[in-house]
Amino acid sequence: MAMMDLYGWIQLALFVGLLFLVTKPVGLYLVRVLEPDGKTWLDRPVRPVERLLYRVLGVDPKGEQDWKQYTQSLISFSLAGLLFTYAVLRLQHILPLNPQKLGPVRPDLAFNTAASFTTNTNWQNYAGETTLSYFSQMVGLVFHNFVSAAAGIAAAAALVRGIARHSAKTIGNFWVDLVRVNLYLLLPFSLVFSLFLTSQGIVQNFKPYVRTTPVESTTAAAPDKAGNSQIIAQGPASSQVAIKMLGTNGGGFFNANAAHPYENPTPLSNFIQMLSIFLIPSGLTYYLGRKVRNQKHGWAVWSAMAILFLAAALVCWRAESAGNPRLQALGVDPGGGNMEGKEVRFGVSGSSLFATVTTAASCGAVNSMHDSFTPLGGLVPLVNIQLGEVVFGGVGSGLYGMLIFVILAVFLTGLMVGRTPEYLGKKIESYDVKVSVLAVLILIFSILGFSAWATVSRWGLAGLNNSGPHGLSEILYAFSSGTGNNGSAFAGLNGNTPSYNITLALAMLFGRFIMMVPVLALAGNLARKKLIPPSEASFPASGPTFIIILIGTVLIVGALTFLPALTLGPVVEHLLMTGSGVLY
Amino acid sequence: MPASTRKLLDPDIIGRAALDAVRKLNPVHLLKNPVIFVTEVGALLTTVGLLMRSKSEPAGFVLQISVWLWFTVLFANFAEAMAEGRGKAQASELRKTRTCLTANLLRSDGSVESVSAERLRKGDLVIVSAREVIPADGEIVEGAATVDESAITGESAPVIREAGGDRSAVTGGTRVLSDRIKVRVTSDPGQSFLDRMISLVEGARRQKTPNEIALTILLSALTIIFLVVIISLKPFGRYSGVDLTMTVLVALLVCLIPTTIGGLLNAIGIAGIDRMVQKNVLAMSGRAVEAAGDVDVLLLDKTGTITLGDRQATDFFPAPGVTIEEMASAAQLASLADETPEGRSIVVLAKKHGLRGRSISDMPGAAFIAFSAQTRMSGVDLGGHRIRKGAPDAIRAFIGNDYSVEVHDAVSQIAFKGGTPLLVADEKRVLGTIELKDIVKGGLKDRFERFRAMGIKTVMITGDNPLTAAAIARESGVDDFIAEAKPEDKLMLIRKEQAAGHLVAMTGDGTNDAPALAQADVGMAMNTGTQAAREAGNMVDLDSNPTKLIEVVEIGKQLLITRGALTTFSIANDVAKYFAIVPAMLVGVFPVIAPLNIMGLRSPASAILSAVIFNALIIIALIPLALRGVRFRPLGAAALLRRNLLIYGLGGLVAPFPGIKLVDIILNALHLV
Repeated sequence: MAMMDLYGWIQLALFVGLLFLVTKPVGLYLVRVLEPDGKTWLDRPVRPVERLLYRVLGVDPKGEQDWKQYTQSLISFSLAGLLFTYAVLRLQHILPLNPQKLGPVRPDLAFNTAASFTTNTNWQNYAGETTLSYFSQMVGLVFHNFVSAAAGIAAAAALVRGIARHSAKTIGNFWVDLVRVNLYLLLPFSLVFSLFLTSQGIVQNFKPYVRTTPVESTTAAAPDKAGNSQIIAQGPASSQVAIKMLGTNGGGFFNANAAHPYENPTPLSNFIQMLSIFLIPSGLTYYLGRKVRNQKHGWAVWSAMAILFLAAALVCWRAESAGNPRLQALGVDPGGGNMEGKEVRFGVSGSSLFATVTTAASCGAVNSMHDSFTPLGGLVPLVNIQLGEVVFGGVGSGLYGMLIFVILAVFLTGLMVGRTPEYLGKKIESYDVKVSVLAVLILIFSILGFSAWATVSRWGLAGLNNSGPHGLSEILYAFSSGTGNNGSAFAGLNGNTPSYNITLALAMLFGRFIMMVPVLALAGNLARKKLIPPSEASFPASGPTFIIILIGTVLIVGALTFLPALTLGPVVEHLLMTGSGVLY
Repeated sequence: MPASTRKLLDPDIIGRAALDAVRKLNPVHLLKNPVIFVTEVGALLTTVGLLMRSKSEPAGFVLQISVWLWFTVLFANFAEAMAEGRGKAQASELRKTRTCLTANLLRSDGSVESVSAERLRKGDLVIVSAREVIPADGEIVEGAATVDESAITGESAPVIREAGGDRSAVTGGTRVLSDRIKVRVTSDPGQSFLDRMISLVEGARRQKTPNEIALTILLSALTIIFLVVIISLKPFGRYSGVDLTMTVLVALLVCLIPTTIGGLLNAIGIAGIDRMVQKNVLAMSGRAVEAAGDVDVLLLDKTGTITLGDRQATDFFPAPGVTIEEMASAAQLASLADETPEGRSIVVLAKKHGLRGRSISDMPGAAFIAFSAQTRMSGVDLGGHRIRKGAPDAIRAFIGNDYSVEVHDAVSQIAFKGGTPLLVADEKRVLGTIELKDIVKGGLKDRFERFRAMGIKTVMITGDNPLTAAAIARESGVDDFIAEAKPEDKLMLIRKEQAAGHLVAMTGDGTNDAPALAQADVGMAMNTGTQAAREAGNMVDLDSNPTKLIEVVEIGKQLLITRGALTTFSIANDVAKYFAIVPAMLVGVFPVIAPLNIMGLRSPASAILSAVIFNALIIIALIPLALRGVRFRPLGAAALLRRNLLIYGLGGLVAPFPGIKLVDIILNALHLV
């Protein structure tokens, strides 16, 4: 059995330490970006563009929206984007930048893909190299990588405004948030980040694919139609990789995603990519604290996330280091841990940490095959997603998901201080409870409902490459990932069938937009409320007790719900592996 | 109504509650309580399954599960019936007082007719004479009487009620002891104070409070979530080759949905109102009780609430050349004819200086001059000496010239400290200064200190000048005070505090308090107050003790804490139940899962049954806590949360493990599985 090595510990410590250090500066920058007239050092070049965009969109940057208008704007914008991308994919054969002469994308796959990118999921039932033209990737998809991320951040900002304001009708202006997040945050950050990635060896070009003869002809895995040669895909990868991480989109340029040498060439690029996934979600907790004028609360939310993250990372790493006892007994896997489906340049620690990060956030980029993880190692990403991706989570969606749990936690335990539960001076009343539980319900309904349907239907079972508990895990993972807008997969499942394409697309749309409505309704209702001045009697929204309550609520309401299903999947699989030596 | 002496578990009430519990099985009644309704549907399903039973499950197991599921519903009903029963017992005592009353209705032509009290309408005039029972709520328009209100207050000392002023309201069902009064009826039959009180304590008119509604939504949502979990488990099971029976799925469902708090929620609410009644406070709604817990500003009248209500002599300051005994003696003599509480307190204080008690009848030769508001002096002419005591300016007028500098100093010092100076004079000689002080009620300082720790601000309202007010405020430990306050100021202050987001509680008795009582979030009217005041407030204190506002706040908090504690406990329980049932339902197909049975429960059947039984019994076990309420501790929110989380959160997490194990051991010992 391999050990959790020193290198891994250093990497983990560095990761959490750096994450802690960047949280405040990013948070402060977010405060400026998310104010309509916030000053940033980009004002000089970007302000004119911003003003121009407002004029084109016909937006009054001073005019704010109530929650209904905000929701309407967000959803109609996203819907338009969905249709646009669908059209691009269906028409890619007559659109430019298609050197490989790829045909139109099938309708169900196009719907799935359009839904996937609109919802910030980036579930990929297509293989980038063989299905999509450069135009489809850059215009149809990368566009969403920016705007869907911005929409998520906007929704979170709207909720934070709702919490911070009182006796107010409006929660901001969606169009202003959308424009500013893109212009001041995502575009400049991505630009800098992609320069770094290019320095590490990620490609950025518009060349046709290269046909070459490999050094060792027997290792070629890519399509090989001409004897000993291999086709090496090319393309504008670096720019997409930057935003796929920063915007927690996760859709790989290449099918192998972050495991591909052109997408994630070095351990350093791996480390920075992981950090970039958490960069904005982590900064948003500081933004929360700053806006509600209770920085301790922001840090308490951060701490709860960090603790859940560390626990998940350690379990996953441990399980992967332990590897497969059956293989070890045969002397096949001496000491390396479970290296199946992992890249040698990342190893067990770099892969398990990446898997934890990408599923804690709703990123979904992968640098190893989660399907090949040990049962318990694979359980961690699955549970992370099922918690609602609130452990830092997706950009924006992580924070608003966690804040839903905060509301529930406050309501469940707040009575114990002898007052009507109250969160940062706002009474939590039946409407707030109603919309909060609705958000949780949608998640659970979609994941369990679609999965249950798939396990007993022909279309559901047809996609399985594995039987037994592992097959169940694959189905659960697919719908969890879709609903949670994660996008990573237990790749054993072939999801590219009409039924899976459509059900998964629906799961993604439910998990994103139906979930956002109650969140924004909550924002509107909280903004409306009067503020109760803080006193000794106020519910303490910071400190160890609060952190424990929040973690407890996430685990009991979020995770226990999935316990029976998880027991039938990964847990049984693990026990079968260790107990009776049966492998799936 | 000595309600406080009633035992928590009165056998009579238990008997009746057990019957009611069965009656409440009616699904229509249970619809209002979604968690228990789902439990009942579950019980029905397993019972039907028993009748058309499949071969796969032993009948004994299905039977036992069904029985315990029915018990779960019954126990929840029983908890509610217990709380209602205690209310009903109080109501029936109240009702005794109002059987077949007759009234002397005064006709417009002046004649008096004897009619049944049922026929009285608002605005009717009735005559009530000594020994008669007042037939309806009303206001005295003529006369004054002593009234025995023990029927509603439990206080045996009679009270004086008179026309005009703030003591004109009378309550139906109370008895006139002396004199004769003319009363205008202020309520229609069935609407009277007593009627409302009866229906309230019976729980008949009880509506869910905002907080209960929110909690019910949450509990319903959790129930729906677990329904989805259980329903989806069936196909997952089928995929995995596990045939999950209806019995097992229902058992898991009932264990997971929050039956504990669902079953006790109503009982907690009713018990909260009941606890108020035991303190002789009538809350007009459950909402008022809840609001009491949220209150963070207490508006307290100085007189009667913070101070005993009368100023009392606390010290003598003899003038130069006068011994304290000499002064005390003169002060006592001069005060014998002063029947005001202040005068009496001087006599009492003098006794402490070694003087024997004297009374007017002891001194036939003395001519006593009684205290009057005009002269503001009292005194005695004894053996050629005219001895007087009175306000400094009155005494100055009496002696004809100014008194000494030393006396001057004493007078201004007392005034500075917030006291009231009185002078004692023998002819032209001022003997000394008496200090009168408002006496602050005992124990208030500690109480206000506790309130501060709980985040509640206390504000004293007084008509006194700022100097006096500040002194009393300092002594009593209130956080703030409003001096020279007029009744309208209360309303303004409440509005101001509410605009700043505070919830305000106050007490009042006068008609001019009514607007403020209505505006306050918790307005506790004194039972001795006017009808207008009692109508305006949302609580009435039958003992007319304004200090009780403090206890009212504590009861409100206790109610909310109890509800929160049991919610947390209930939800934390789920962890253990998962560990009991999930391995049990899967171990047949996947024997490798056995290590998950961390409680080491004997068999799958015994594990599932144990969890169901524990789930039912915990409701019964917590009924006393629901009725009595979690013990209240005056701590800040952070400390309270930590403490309650440790007891009910961690307790709820841990307790079921040994609990379920114990049931399992017993079941196996009795060979029930």
